Amino acid sequence: MSFRESLESGKFLVTAEVGPGKGTDVEHLLKAADIIKDRVDAINVTDLQSSVMRLGSMAFSHLLTDMGIDPIFQMTGRDRNRLALQSDLLSAWVLGIRNVLALTGDHPTMGDHPHAKPVFDLDSVSLLEMIGKLNSGYDMAGNELKGAPEFLPGAVVNPGADNEAALDLQIMKMEKKIEAGAKFFQTQAVYDIDLFEKFIRRVEGFKVPIIGGVILLKSAGMARFMNKNVAGVFVPIPLIKEMTDTKDKVKKSVEIAARIVKRLKNLCQGVHIMALGWEKMIPAVLDQAGI
Amino acid sequence: MIVGERKPMEELLGMIEDFERILVLGCKGCVTVCCAGGPKEVKTLSTLIRMDRKQKGRKVITIEASTELQCEPESIRPILEKMANQYDVVLSMACGAGVQTVAKLFPDKLVLPALNTNFTGIAEEHGVWTEACLACGDCVLGRTAGICPVTLCAKGLLNGPCGGASEGKCEVSKDQPCAWQEIYHALKRLNRLHYLKQKPQVKNWPVHPGRVVREDLREVETT
Repeated sequence: MSFRESLESGKFLVTAEVGPGKGTDVEHLLKAADIIKDRVDAINVTDLQSSVMRLGSMAFSHLLTDMGIDPIFQMTGRDRNRLALQSDLLSAWVLGIRNVLALTGDHPTMGDHPHAKPVFDLDSVSLLEMIGKLNSGYDMAGNELKGAPEFLPGAVVNPGADNEAALDLQIMKMEKKIEAGAKFFQTQAVYDIDLFEKFIRRVEGFKVPIIGGVILLKSAGMARFMNKNVAGVFVPIPLIKEMTDTKDKVKKSVEIAARIVKRLKNLCQGVHIMALGWEKMIPAVLDQAGI
Repeated sequence: MIVGERKPMEELLGMIEDFERILVLGCKGCVTVCCAGGPKEVKTLSTLIRMDRKQKGRKVITIEASTELQCEPESIRPILEKMANQYDVVLSMACGAGVQTVAKLFPDKLVLPALNTNFTGIAEEHGVWTEACLACGDCVLGRTAGICPVTLCAKGLLNGPCGGASEGKCEVSKDQPCAWQEIYHALKRLNRLHYLKQKPQVKNWPVHPGRVVREDLREVETT
């Protein structure tokens, strides 16, 4: 079943994520994808995440289609202007890529080429509008395409925005993304379920499927690092303590993730599991969560 | 105002190495206000140049002058024409526009920039200036409570913030507030939060170099 069909079927969705690395070595990523392929509806491929120069999202998404996996091609506005973005989308379509996740992208200063020129010709909202335009058979300038794609566009939202203004703005922007054509949302990692539930209550009227983000906690240190450095991610102290106290970090990590997945099952339409190299743990997480 | 900073002394001294008669030309406009290239700074720089040459045992003549606005031909012409035989090089303490105006008007004289031009900005406090306007040619300030997202959002986003802000600060710098959160607070204060719900904007970037032609003014000039 394609991701679009899964989405339209109304079933509880499971997506995962792989991040191509720096260089041409893709073996371990293909292996990771192979381990989880029968347990997920789609796999996201990140676009130079954290603004670090890496192998591209389009090429690796294409490799996933060769394996019979439906990729979600992540595309940011950071590195390409509207010419390149549109062209890459057409290229992605002919390479068998059907789903696009439109993101603004981190600023280049966050990554390993901090003096690169930031592009941001389009942002997540205008990127979605442009995808809609391509789908309708026209480019952004209104020229007719000879052969049009039929992408399923998605977007992200950060439910853990850390103050009222930031959260109101996230929700306003979410509405704009929906108007611009977003058919599903994937969220930043959720640890504080009560906070996430409040967010869900505010946006459930939008009637667009929300796939809650789950990042496998690998250690207490990682949790503290995210609390300090990743916007919108907050790992509650008791969870950090669980990681500190455990003798078996992998087991505990899986247990925590499964607990979160179980609760998200009642709140939103799917889970997006970001395993950050621990992809082989994803089946155990899903088993424990009863999915 | 246009905000600039004087180049490092070493770089300046290197630029003028070949010359003995130097016109140090300040500007009484923006760079005076931001204490980078006004009459006071002309005096200081000239003194530093003479001290350096004295130390090296080399001759130098510095002429100190300042134009009203160095980006205005009428402001420069009388000063530079009057002294045309007295200097070999112009060390301009104006912004890049001033330097280029001198170069255009006096193509036979070499002009060197004494400043690095940083941005169009405002004084935040004594000794602190911040960028305010990218001169993008399509002002959106009316919709954003007078806070420019094109300039103050590190990504220049037009349709609301990215998800990168933390505790109200931009992901690029903890010293920089998230422009969109500032816009939100300002619009809320003005009871205009609905401005945020406008339809998505795409910026049509201007082609550089920019050019403004006002036919009404041109006609007056020629008749």
